Amino acid sequence: MKARVYVTLKPSVFDPQGRVVADALVTLGYPDVKDVRQGKFFEVELADADPATAKARVTEMADKLLANPVIESYRVEVLQ
Amino acid sequence: MKFAVVVFPGSNSDYDAFYAASRVIGEQAELIWHKDADLKGADVVILPGGFAHGDYLRTGAIARFSPIMAAVTAFADRGGPVLGICNGFQVLLEAGLLPGAMVRNDRVKFVSKIVPVRVDQTDTPFTVACASKQVLHLPIAHGEGNYYAPADELAALEANRQVIFRYTNAAGEVGSEWNPNGSLNSIAGICNRERNVVGLMPHPERASELALGSADGRVVLASAVRSVMDGVRLHA
Repeated sequence: MKARVYVTLKPSVFDPQGRVVADALVTLGYPDVKDVRQGKFFEVELADADPATAKARVTEMADKLLANPVIESYRVEVLQ
Repeated sequence: MKFAVVVFPGSNSDYDAFYAASRVIGEQAELIWHKDADLKGADVVILPGGFAHGDYLRTGAIARFSPIMAAVTAFADRGGPVLGICNGFQVLLEAGLLPGAMVRNDRVKFVSKIVPVRVDQTDTPFTVACASKQVLHLPIAHGEGNYYAPADELAALEANRQVIFRYTNAAGEVGSEWNPNGSLNSIAGICNRERNVVGLMPHPERASELALGSADGRVVLASAVRSVMDGVRLHA
């Protein structure tokens, strides 16, 4: 089974890379772009387990390694 | 006395630190591979600059799981002096031995130049030989040196005098124009509450001889020597 983890910088943390991407989009002819926040996406392949257990395991992984809780938040999705 | 310099795959300032400790300061030094489990009787531990484990995921994020880090953590918990330089600082943050985190430099560029750095506190093993508010000219070379801590953590750092180094101008004045990476409060280096673990983004080991453009960094390692020797005398 698979789980997906979306990691993003917390709103209070300035995202210099996202800012550069936003500026580039405006330059490309998208003046309606107000801001971009860049993040990370992980697809984790797991041995089969019940979805609740899988979600708990992957949440633990995100806490321990995939995200840095000081600056990042994350969201876990388990695919059926 | 003896310095241990930890070598991670991707470290690139390991030999600079080894050279500064052994040839410039004239003490014993040993390079210790990250898969080793013990620090071989070292009195001071240095985590050097570079790109440990390729900085995959986040700077320092994988290095903190290297086998040697258990020994470094135990050494730090016993009060042993630990210095993290640049990537070594990032490893200490990821390992939770120092508070806060690093974000990409605010202007996104990798910055490589010699900058003035003010020593704000002299009661750590790595600044004890400095004068208060002494300005050191030290090289920086990093893309992620933009120090961040949540507001309450930042306030606690300031209240506990844990900000050890700050980016300033040559006169020691703080200002956004002298802040090369957007670090909160112009922070260049901090210590833990117990004050034995210090991390900084500038490279004192790369400024240990005048031929390198500055010898100002020598005082950081000389401080460690004085601190260990004073400790030896205290316990004698």
